[in-house]
Amino acid sequence: MDKVDLDLLHEITDLKGENYEGAYNIRKNGQGIERKVTENVNIVTKKDVSGIDIYVKENTKFEFIHIPVIITESGLNDVVYNDFYIGKNANVVIVAGCGIHNDHHKDSQHDGIHRFFLEEGAKVRYIEKHYGEGNGTGKRILNPVTEVHLKEGATLEMESVQIKGVDSTVRETKGVLEDNTNFVISEKIMTHGNQYAKTIFNVELNGKNSSTKVTSRSVATENSSQQFESKVIGNTECFGHVECDAIIKDKGKVISTPQIVANDVNANLIHEAAIGKIAGDQLMKLMTLGLNEKEAEQAIIDGFLK
Amino acid sequence: MLEIKDVCYERDNKKILNHIDLNIDTDKFVAITGPNGSGKSTLAKIIMGIEKPDSGKIIFEGEDITNLSADERAKKGIAFAFQQPVKFKGITVYDLLKISSGKKITKNDACSILSNVGLCAKEYVDREVNGSLSGGELKRIEIATVAVRNSKLTIFDEPEAGIDLWSFQSLIKVFEDMRKIVKGSTIVISHQERILNIADEIILLKNGKVDKSENKEELLGKVLDKPICCKLGGEKKNG
Repeated sequence: MDKVDLDLLHEITDLKGENYEGAYNIRKNGQGIERKVTENVNIVTKKDVSGIDIYVKENTKFEFIHIPVIITESGLNDVVYNDFYIGKNANVVIVAGCGIHNDHHKDSQHDGIHRFFLEEGAKVRYIEKHYGEGNGTGKRILNPVTEVHLKEGATLEMESVQIKGVDSTVRETKGVLEDNTNFVISEKIMTHGNQYAKTIFNVELNGKNSSTKVTSRSVATENSSQQFESKVIGNTECFGHVECDAIIKDKGKVISTPQIVANDVNANLIHEAAIGKIAGDQLMKLMTLGLNEKEAEQAIIDGFLK
Repeated sequence: MLEIKDVCYERDNKKILNHIDLNIDTDKFVAITGPNGSGKSTLAKIIMGIEKPDSGKIIFEGEDITNLSADERAKKGIAFAFQQPVKFKGITVYDLLKISSGKKITKNDACSILSNVGLCAKEYVDREVNGSLSGGELKRIEIATVAVRNSKLTIFDEPEAGIDLWSFQSLIKVFEDMRKIVKGSTIVISHQERILNIADEIILLKNGKVDKSENKEELLGKVLDKPICCKLGGEKKNG
C-alpha cells in the first residue's frame, strides 16, 4: 500500500499503518488485498457475488473486526456484498467504511451492501465512516445499504459518519427486531458544495420489548442538499425514538420526512425533528467567551457533529 | 475602569435608556436594580457589546470600546453571564469551559472550577450543555464559564431569573462567595435583596434613567419599599 492508501485507511478507521487488532479484510479497487482471521473470526470470500462472509463464533468476547474499502481508481464502480454472522452471546466491534481518492474526471462509486445476522444475545458495535478526497472533477459516490436482523436479546449499535468529500450518497438502513432487542443508530453527516445526501431508515419492531433509537445530526452548507426519511413500525409492545436535527447554512437545504407507524396499542413511538440555522444566542454566547463569529460557528458545528 | 457616557437606546418609540451616565470603579461589586422594563438588562448587554447604543460612549480602562464587537470586548477583559443560559447540542460542559478559559485546561481543572460553583464535578464535566440540565444547573455552569475567564469586569444579568426558590437558596451561597471566585469588578443585575446586600454600591434604574440616591441603605429602602432596619444585617437569614 502506498501513502494515499494508508492516508485513506487512516481517515476511515482512525488507525495508522496496517496494524489492525483482531481480524481484518482490506479491499482496494474492487479486490481484497489483505486479510487476517483469528480463532473466533473467520472471513470467507463469496463465490456467487463480490464480497465476503464474516463468521463470529458464539461467546466471542470483545474482538475487533476491520473491513475497510478504499478506491483510488477513477471511473471504478465497485459493488460489494458483505454478510456478518454473529454467534450467540458474541460481543464484537466492527469498523467498516469507505474512502475514495479521485484525482481524475471519471466518477468513482462504491455500493457496500452489509447484512448483519445476530443470534440470541449477541452484541455488536458497528462503526461506519465515509470519506472522499482528491482534486479531480469525477464524482465520489457512496451508496451503502445496511440490513440488520436481531434475534432475541441481541443489540446492535451503529455509528455512521460522513463528514467530508462525498458528492452523492444514498444511505439505506433496515432493521428487523425480535423480542428484547435493541437497535441504536447514530448518524452524522456534513455536506458542502453541490453535494447530495439521502438517508433512509426503516425499522420494524416485531418483538415484544424491542426498541430502537435513531439520532441523526446533519449540517448542510453552501449549495448542498439532504433528505432524511425514516419509518419506524411498531407491531407489538415496543419503543421507538427518532430524533433528526439539522443545521442549514448558506443555501443548504434539508427535507425531513418522518413516519411512525403503530400497529399495536402498546407501541410507543416518538419522532422529533428540528431544522434551522445556527441560533443567534449560541453564536453570541461563544463570542462573549472571546471567539469571533467564524470561530463560534465552527465550534457549534464541531460540537453538533462530535 | 468603566465609564458609560450619555448612553441612549430607543426601540418602538420607547426610551429604554435615556442619557445614562455611570462610572464603575476597579474591584467594586455593583448591583444594578430597578423595576421590570427599567432598562437594566439592556444596559448590561450594551456594556458587553451584545446590543449597540443609539448614541453615547462606553469607555473601558480609558479606551473607547463603543464600536467593538462582543468578542473584541471579551478579549479586552469583559465577561457576561446570560440571564437565560444558552443551550447547545453536542457541546459538553468541559468543551464550554475550554473555550471560556481560552487555553488548554485538563478535566481536573474543569472539575475544580465546577466545584467552585457548587456542582459535583464528575457528574457534570462530560454532560452536554442542553435541556437535560435543570435551570439551576445551567445557571451554575453559566457562572463557571464567566468565572474561569478571570476578567477585569464581569457582568451577571439577573442570575436569579428562571430558577426555583430552592435552587436559588443554594445558588445564593455561590454569589456570596463571588467576590472570591470572580476577580476584578462585578456588575450584577438583580432584584434579590440578598444579592443587593453584598454589593458595595447599588444603582437604581427607573424608566431608563439612573435614580441618584445618597447611599446603599436608602436605595435598598426605595427598592424594597420596607423599613431599612428589617432588610440589612443578619436577622433575615432564613427568609
